[in-house]
Amino acid sequence: MKLIDEKKVTSGMKGRIFRNSLFKNIFLLATLLCLLFLIVLFWRILSQGLAYLDWQFLNSLPSRKPEKAGIYTALNGTLWMMAVVVPVTMILGIGTAIYLEEYAKKNKFTTFIQVNISNLAGVPSVVYGLLGLTIFVRALNLGTSVLAAGLTMSLLILPVVIVSAQEAIRAVPNSLREASYGMGATKWQTILNVVLPAALPGILTGTILALSRAIGETAPLVVLGIPLYLAFLPTSFLDEFTALPMQIYNWTSRPQAEFQNLAAAGIIVLLAILIIMNSVAILIRNKFQKKY
Amino acid sequence: MPDKKESQSISVQKLIAEKRKKGSKKRTEKIIPFILLLTAIVSVFTTLGILFTLLVETFTFFSHVSLVEFLTNNTWYPFSDPGEFGIWPLVSGTIRVTGIAILVAVPIGLAAAIYLSEYASDRVKRIIKPILEVLAGIPTIVYGFFALTFVTPVLQKLIPELEIFNALSPGLVMGIMITPTIASLSEDAMSAVPDKIRHGSLGLGATKFETAMKVVLPAASSGIIASIVLGISRAIGETMIVSIAGGSTPNLSFSVTSSIQTMTAYIVQVAQGDAGYGTTIYYSIYAVGFTLFLFTLVMNLLASWISRRIREEY
Amino acid sequence: MAMTAKKERERATDIQEKKTKNIVYKTKELNLWYGEKHALKNINLDIAENEITAIIGPSGCGKSTYIKTLNRMVDLVPGVKTSGEILYRGRNIFDKDYEVEELRTRVGMVFQNPNPFPKSIYDNVAYGPRIHGIRDKKILDQIVEKSLRGAAIWDEVKDRLHDNAYGLSGGQQQRLCIARCLAIEPDVILMDEPTSALDPISTLKIEELVQELKNEFSIIIVTHNMQQAARISDKTAFFLNGEVIEFDDTDKIFSTPSDQRTEDYITGRFG
Repeated sequence: MKLIDEKKVTSGMKGRIFRNSLFKNIFLLATLLCLLFLIVLFWRILSQGLAYLDWQFLNSLPSRKPEKAGIYTALNGTLWMMAVVVPVTMILGIGTAIYLEEYAKKNKFTTFIQVNISNLAGVPSVVYGLLGLTIFVRALNLGTSVLAAGLTMSLLILPVVIVSAQEAIRAVPNSLREASYGMGATKWQTILNVVLPAALPGILTGTILALSRAIGETAPLVVLGIPLYLAFLPTSFLDEFTALPMQIYNWTSRPQAEFQNLAAAGIIVLLAILIIMNSVAILIRNKFQKKY
Repeated sequence: MPDKKESQSISVQKLIAEKRKKGSKKRTEKIIPFILLLTAIVSVFTTLGILFTLLVETFTFFSHVSLVEFLTNNTWYPFSDPGEFGIWPLVSGTIRVTGIAILVAVPIGLAAAIYLSEYASDRVKRIIKPILEVLAGIPTIVYGFFALTFVTPVLQKLIPELEIFNALSPGLVMGIMITPTIASLSEDAMSAVPDKIRHGSLGLGATKFETAMKVVLPAASSGIIASIVLGISRAIGETMIVSIAGGSTPNLSFSVTSSIQTMTAYIVQVAQGDAGYGTTIYYSIYAVGFTLFLFTLVMNLLASWISRRIREEY
Repeated sequence: MAMTAKKERERATDIQEKKTKNIVYKTKELNLWYGEKHALKNINLDIAENEITAIIGPSGCGKSTYIKTLNRMVDLVPGVKTSGEILYRGRNIFDKDYEVEELRTRVGMVFQNPNPFPKSIYDNVAYGPRIHGIRDKKILDQIVEKSLRGAAIWDEVKDRLHDNAYGLSGGQQQRLCIARCLAIEPDVILMDEPTSALDPISTLKIEELVQELKNEFSIIIVTHNMQQAARISDKTAFFLNGEVIEFDDTDKIFSTPSDQRTEDYITGRFG
């Protein structure tokens, strides 16, 4: 006697195959939902903000009158802030990555640093805001300056920069290091002349992506107390400033429809910057992808 | 120095020996690792800074308000005199928004992960993955704007009693925001399941769907759970969407249609206003921040503990 | 250092007259451990100047470890311990005040897989001189040309010196790596299975090159290819399980080995 009733299996087969293709399509639809959301989001923001986006918008100071308002100070402030963030994160991020990958011995202290970095990556950005408020704004008395905000943002994106730089350095094959040591090069010469140049595209890709996060972050700036409205440009790193996401936030929280349209226009500029940065990062990644 | 044109006449070793005398290589080699170590220590000091900041200011807060009140009072109304500082309304706001976000993100994220790892061709993957990356890269202020100016009005047409500020709209949008996190980490976990396990199931005549649900998902379960926990952690810490679209009325209830306030939104509200330095309200944002920090820390540790167990499986 | 440079020049002129050759490397009672694993056991070897010394043996016999000990590249492996002495030109390379960088400047190395840097051909060859402080463009140009000629690759690359080295074929890359090594005019060249990743024609070119280089350099070559050892080397050492079983003139090793195990190996009974 057979234990399996073949008829039953055969008759059930159709339903099982149908279920398979049904769920395949459900899974695909769910995935496409993300695409749909993205399309609606872009369409909505473009249709709202495109009309306000012109040379005058980029070149004007903020104003109480929507038709005169612009993002000149905000855009400028973001640039000032990035002028702090870029060197600070590059130096600290790449330095840490080199230390961990090339120098650090495998011991508890190194593991601790590594675990600590991955935990920092999970700390909410608003908490970094509190850190910056206490340490940079108050204790170091930097106020709501470019420097205070830049340093806070640097600490926020540092874990991301470190981890991506580590991956890029780890991807450099050991045979290249050996070749350099074999010529009598010292460790630092090898790192500087062989490892870093080979890892640079990877490091840059990761860093640019992290920097684009810093440009869009709003919460830490709000917590630091960066002004929502400012009618003058910073002239030094110790001056007050406002940034693009702050300006967008300011307009978003106004009830009048015109200001919301301005916010949409600001968002278009912000997204354009981010898209350009991401494209550059992808270009670098594709151009320099090397097979060792 | 040899100056003849004949290249044979250069002694490279001799040149090297001359340069070696002048060089200060040795000192550089000793100083550099020390400098690099200092840069690595910055991240340790960041953690210490966060802990120190939160602890000290929270401690000051508890010298104004008792811990008992913080944990047992069911009202958060700091702007009265004396203010009421019961944390639960804020926690309840955070939980409601996070819950909605998870209800959106888990099904969509898992569906996308299953589709990508079990069904999609490489070509389809190359189209879908960047879309998810774009979703993950959009600043939260943009999501907040979208929630307030588009999602809420649309929802109001469907649910007339929905207030302008509510938990539902930011929750839904936040769900989309954390979908990429869950999708990509879950897909990693599912792709890590060895093909021989799949073949074992397919070879018995099981369909791809049956294989995915009964073999791949259970095998990848710890990675998937870890991705969900990380998604929860991100939702708890998310600030701008809830600040813009969630409102600023902390309340302890189950309502998702009325205005709420999350822990993060409260911090933003106070930081933006002019609560003077040294007031109880000023210190309260650190107590709330510390609570928030604990929530996310527990989630992150849980996620890394779960995902560390993956490696033991195969 | 000036002394050795002088000595080197003397050596180059009166090398033909000398009957008994100078010893470059004298290994005395060398033992090496990777953690608990005893990888080299009581090695005693004298390696002579301007000869090609081949090191053969089955995989895992310690031949690569030995050659990497000669320029202390083995230091890079965590958990390595050594005892005994290796005298390079009379000085123990394990001495505390012996700088590995100085040793490696005198002893060049060519690796198993071609490993040019992801830089231009020119920059690859100029790498060594540059890190040792030679910046003069004219001198660098001369060194690059001389080294590329020395590695028999000049004619193939002279029109594209500033192209990326990754555009070269595997065999060309390996000759570039030899040129890179020649650029610091080493005294000894260590070659760790330099042709194992190459096709037969590239291998032949490298073998011819190695025999030419013998006139100016002392060469120690690790190979798993016995025919290669027989074709190109003057002396051959047979390693087995971390020990030197036999070390003699190549002709003798391959015709009348004195140890049964050597004979078994070269006749292909194991390995």
